[in-house]
Amino acid sequence: MSHVAAPPPSGPVPFARENSLKLLKDMLRIRRMEEKCAELYGAGRIRGFLHLYIGEEAVATGAMHALARGDNVVATYREHGHALLKGVPMDRIMAEMFGKKEGCSRGRGGSMHLFDAAARFYGGNAIVGGGLPLAVGLGLAAKMRGEERLTACFFGEGAMAEGAFHESMNLAALWKLPVAFFCENNLYAMGTAIERSESQTDLCTKAASYGVEAFPVDGMDVVAAYEGAKRARAKALADGPVFVEFRTYRFRAHSMFDPELYRDKAEVEQWKTRGPIHTFTARLKAQGDLTEERFLELDAQVEAEVGRAVAFAEAAGWEPVEDLTRDVYAP
Amino acid sequence: MTITYREALRMGLREALARDQRVFLVGEDVGRYGGTYAVSKGLLDEFGPERVRDAPLSELGFVGAGIGAALGGLKPIVEVMTVNFSLLPLDQIVNTAAILRHMSGGQFAVPLVIRMSTGAGRQLAAQHSHSFEGWYAHVPGIKIVAPATIDDAHGMLGAALDDGNPVLVFEYPALFETAGELSSARVDIAHAQVRRQGTRATIVAYGASVPKALAAADQLAAEGINAEVVDLRVLRPLDMDTVLASVRKTRRAVIVDEGWRSGSLSAEIVARIMEQAFYDLDAPVARVCREEVPIPYPRHLEEAALPQPEKIVAAVKGLFQ
Ligand SMILES: Cc1ncc(C[n+]2csc(CCOP(=O)(O)OP(=O)(O)O)c2C)c(N)n1
Ligand SMILES: [Mg+2]
Repeated sequence: MSHVAAPPPSGPVPFARENSLKLLKDMLRIRRMEEKCAELYGAGRIRGFLHLYIGEEAVATGAMHALARGDNVVATYREHGHALLKGVPMDRIMAEMFGKKEGCSRGRGGSMHLFDAAARFYGGNAIVGGGLPLAVGLGLAAKMRGEERLTACFFGEGAMAEGAFHESMNLAALWKLPVAFFCENNLYAMGTAIERSESQTDLCTKAASYGVEAFPVDGMDVVAAYEGAKRARAKALADGPVFVEFRTYRFRAHSMFDPELYRDKAEVEQWKTRGPIHTFTARLKAQGDLTEERFLELDAQVEAEVGRAVAFAEAAGWEPVEDLTRDVYAP
Repeated sequence: MTITYREALRMGLREALARDQRVFLVGEDVGRYGGTYAVSKGLLDEFGPERVRDAPLSELGFVGAGIGAALGGLKPIVEVMTVNFSLLPLDQIVNTAAILRHMSGGQFAVPLVIRMSTGAGRQLAAQHSHSFEGWYAHVPGIKIVAPATIDDAHGMLGAALDDGNPVLVFEYPALFETAGELSSARVDIAHAQVRRQGTRATIVAYGASVPKALAAADQLAAEGINAEVVDLRVLRPLDMDTVLASVRKTRRAVIVDEGWRSGSLSAEIVARIMEQAFYDLDAPVARVCREEVPIPYPRHLEEAALPQPEKIVAAVKGLFQ
């Protein structure tokens, strides 16, 4: 599979101006929040593993805008953006990153384990492939209860080598469940390039073998991501599971411990020319939907939100040690 | 020569690959990435992609393939990135590797080594902080080793490859940066070892708990209690002779286990002491284990959930009350 990036997304953005600006702002919210997280990691405020989504924001942004509030989301350890746009407040996410008790998981999960029942965000799962069977079950529950509710399951292309992927696809197709399998193909699983992990690198061909509708989407283009996710949602609710391959790229290291020995700087730089935020910004400007002043204004609003989230996290408290074993079982 | 635990592991791997053409290393990111914890760094260049073989995220598949390759005449070293992910190939380990020799009437051997990192202490939260050495030690047909020293980190792999049985080697990221002198002594995978001589209490530990036990013993010595520290080293089969000899001498024992208390390896050791040395004891045997909770992310809660030198000190003192 070629690692060469396609030309940058271009052409008219077919949305009303306010909608486009919301998409742009949401991508910025993820980007700025994570840039701050990287900084806080360096400062020792955030510990453990931290996997940044920088470069991939168009996928979660387009997808979350296509989902309904009542839809379920299951994600991975690279899930900060998904959680934020599914409706988990940024200050609760940031407090979780710090491990504070006001965090969305009471501080117990950290970066890889954001949860929010109210937002129907079923987690951050740090076992690769671990979320897929869960999504099948959530889909089964919605179907058996007669609810019009999609379950969107995000995972990396690396997870497609796991048995859990194959079992989950088969079950979802067999039982015609309202599940959207959203594969974020960023070409690498840690240091393993897709052609070293998949015998069939055309992921849609692979998924289609389960009798599931499967199509690729440009994951660097928020317009395409939104439209692809919307199509997937309608199809999954109408007649069973859909697989979407979002073709994307992570600009940063796999985690904060990765020396990135396995890919060329030139490849990363080339993909950066397709960066989802600056290309979308340019398109909106070209069609007169955005000025530089408006962009700076949006960015300032986002920076202010990030600043408030960090202040919230700093001020939040630690869970007392006496509560260590609370919630292991139902009270 | 002073080297780190990580370097000792790498040296053991390099020697194993150099010594026998049948040996190969397979696992996720062992090659191009440079090894998850940089243990296998450089080995791809030295031995090539056939023998330092990157595998996809298919733990059940490549562990099972390792078993098959062993049956087929090779000597695989399979790296499962961490014990947490070994739950995926658990079936292959327990239902195939462990029982094949016996169930085939002794016809098929599985000379296989599975390496994996284990343990908590780095704020990686519940799914990345398990200690399942004790679970594996429940299973007949496999051997379980837990290097806690530089010599063991270096030498246990070779001993495991020579053993002829499936051997699981547990490596401790908590110890990767520790440095020490590498001796030229050959190590076995049959015996526990006394790491510190003492007379008044025995502290039994393994893996990353060994340095904690030694730290506790230092502190106890300063307070006038001379404790002996036994490093189990081999978690299956257990070398109870060494443990019992120590307990008979000191008449008191504390078992340290990074795993959860219920159904743990520490429970097994206590039971065997009861069975074989009950009348030699001056106090009930005590334990310091992981609290029965998934490991939380914040440092203070993680520390509270794990065995610590202070808890070991308190447990030893408790034997004298
Ligand atoms: C079962 C399992 N095996 C291995 C790992 C270690 N690991 C964490 S992320 C990762 C790569 C996953 O790649 P991919 O699914 O493509 O997602 P990406 O990180 O690229 O978003 C690996 C090997 C894990 N967390 N779980
Ligand atoms: Mg990937």
